[in-house]
Formats: sequence, C-alpha cells, structure tokens
Amino acid sequence: MEVLRTAMAGTLESSDAQVTVEPGEGKVELDIESSVINQFGRKIKATVEETLERLGVDNVKVKVVDKGALDCTLKARVEGAVFRASGYSEDEICEGKKLPWGGAIR
Amino acid sequence: MTNPNLTRLRRSMMFLNAQKPGLIKDPYIYKPDSIMLDLEDAVAENQKDAARYSLYHALKEIDYRGVERVVRINGLETAHWKEDVRVCVAGRCDSIRISKCESAKDVHVVEEEMRKAEEEFGVEHGSILIMAALESTKGVLNALEICEASPLLFGIALSGGDYTKDLQTVISGTGVEFAWARGQMINAARCAGKQCFDTVFTNLDDMEGFRRETEMIKAMGFDGKSIVNPRQISVCHEVFTPTEKQIIQAEKIVKEVDEKKAQGIGVFTVDGKMIDIAFYPGAKRTIELAKAAGVYEGDL
Repeated sequence: MEVLRTAMAGTLESSDAQVTVEPGEGKVELDIESSVINQFGRKIKATVEETLERLGVDNVKVKVVDKGALDCTLKARVEGAVFRASGYSEDEICEGKKLPWGGAIR
Repeated sequence: MTNPNLTRLRRSMMFLNAQKPGLIKDPYIYKPDSIMLDLEDAVAENQKDAARYSLYHALKEIDYRGVERVVRINGLETAHWKEDVRVCVAGRCDSIRISKCESAKDVHVVEEEMRKAEEEFGVEHGSILIMAALESTKGVLNALEICEASPLLFGIALSGGDYTKDLQTVISGTGVEFAWARGQMINAARCAGKQCFDTVFTNLDDMEGFRRETEMIKAMGFDGKSIVNPRQISVCHEVFTPTEKQIIQAEKIVKEVDEKKAQGIGVFTVDGKMIDIAFYPGAKRTIELAKAAGVYEGDL
C-alpha cells in the first residue's frame, strides 16, 4: 500500500495510542514516544514494523504516541492511519471498497 | 446443529464503545453475561472506520473468558452497516445486534449480508447469532414478525431513548412511557420462543431506581437488561438469579410432579400449596436458570 497523504488514528487516552503516518522518503522511519519506552519500546517498534510489513508499506514516516496500548490496539491504530492515508476513507469504504479482514489485516 | 448460545444466560448486556481500548481490553473482570461492542451511537461519525479495526483485533486477540461478544452494528439506513457485518463475521463475534430493526425484512437483509460474509471468510452459517433492537413504534408493533424472522435470532431488546422520541414523549423515570412496549415485546418474544431484554437505565446515581426497574421487568418476564456501567451488573444478576428458597421450591415441584405423574396423580400439594402440571415448566425454568447462573447444587 502507498501512503499518499498524512493521516492519523487513535487518541491520547489511557490504553490507546495515537499514530500519524505521512509519505516517506524511500524508507520506513519510526518515531515512538511512550511512558513505558524502557520496558516496551522494542516490542512497540516490532509490532508497528510487523503491521506495516503486512500492509505492504515501505515508504512512510510514522509517529507513535503510546499511552499504554495493548498490541491489538497498536495494530488497529497503525492500520487505521495507513488505510486512511491510502484511499480507504470511511466514505470510500461505504461506497464498496472492501477491507482485507483476515488478510493484510490480522 | 443448533447453536447453544441461542438460550444462554443473558441477565446483563453491557454496552462498550468499540473505539475505546480502555473499555474493551478487560470488561470480563466485571463478569457481565454479555458485552455489546458498539459501532453505532457511541462511535463518532468520523471514527466509524477506526472503531472497526479496534473491534477486529479485540475479537481476534482478547480472551473475554466466556463473556458473550455481541456487536451493535450501525443502522440499515446508514452506509456503514455492510462493512460492519463483514468485520463482525471476519472477527467471529458471537452475535450481531441490529439497530433500529423495524420488520422481519430488516432481519432478512442482515442475515443475507452475513451469509455473504460467512462465505467470504469461511465461517459456518449459524455460528453467529442475531438480536434485534426495537427503537421505534413501528419496530415494537412488528415485534412478533421480527421474533419469527430467523432461527438465528435469539431475542429482541427495547431501546428506550429512540423509542420515546418516536412516541413524542420523554423518559419519566416511572416507566409509564414504556408500559405498552414492554408488554408487547415480552408477549411477542415468548410467543416465538425468544428472549427479551429491557432498555438501559442511565442515571448511575440512582441505584435504587435501577433495582426497582430491574425487579419490575423481571416480574414481567424479561430475561435481562441492557446496562451502561459495571456498577449495575451485581444488582442485575441478583435480581435475575433465583434465590435459594425459589430453587428449593422448584426442585420439590419438579421431583413431585415426576413422581406423581408416574403414579397417575394430577393434583397434589407441596408445602401446603396446591400444585399441578401447570407449575412444571416454571419450576424447570428456575432450575435451568439456577444452573446457568452457577448457583444450583442439586441433582436435577
């Protein structure tokens, strides 16, 4: 998938994460901010990278502000931001663009 | 094979916004019978997509420890509901709650969409059930045809906020505005062999009022109540779980009816009260409810 524009998903509430993606400069660049960066930074990074890889995104700048999100929330927020940035807005989904549940989203 | 969830215990059905990770990560700790992960009213219009990603991963990755996972999809008048059905089926939720259901046709339309999604994602038809929320005068008037619309539909629920708007009244706290709808719905549900659930009680500071309302709908025959806060669960369960005295009485009736039937006796007394076969189904229901609630220790 190609990140065509800047998009964001998630909130700064506890147990959530706010993920912003924007078109990259030929590679994946991650910026992670978390109050538990020392304990879980590596795990957060791995989850974000794995999710991007499943979505086929290799040219993106990603900013993650983590507020103690579980793995499943992190994945959901990365997907939310990437799909919004790649031509899968809710309007486009409602018009019949189907999301790949169980495929790239898993 | 019949889905065993059709008749499971549903004393408390707790609404949770599917878009809020803090709410959906561990609601099982409060032990509601069911959670209703909401894609509809609780989710802002510009967050409908984000709520689905959140829902999908919650369904696939969080162990809700036996708590039923119902998903409330957006209304059929919106453009959102078809993708809602796809994510529900792909994530293999336990049940789908149809918002603003007004007719048997509404149930058929959703079931048809479920079939398509089940085929797409390789999910067995019948493994995901349906419930219908009646939120309008038309929906309540059509309660029986809705209850009879599908073998996958396990029950109907009153949704009081929208219903009172349609009636052109307000929620008074006395229950008078819901009197006809509640009577009509429980009658229709029982006629069709389905379950029936009451609307939410939103004043969290009035626990006495909540208890009174829960006791009233229990007396009317309802199976459970939609709730909005974990604080309401214990009251709900207390009201809907048979007491020890009721269980002992029911046990005596079941045993006596079985024994007397074999002896050809139709009418007899239990603890000084006249009993006949008409008491048998109610006593059996009490035992089944006690078993489902985990409070029965007898041998029936």
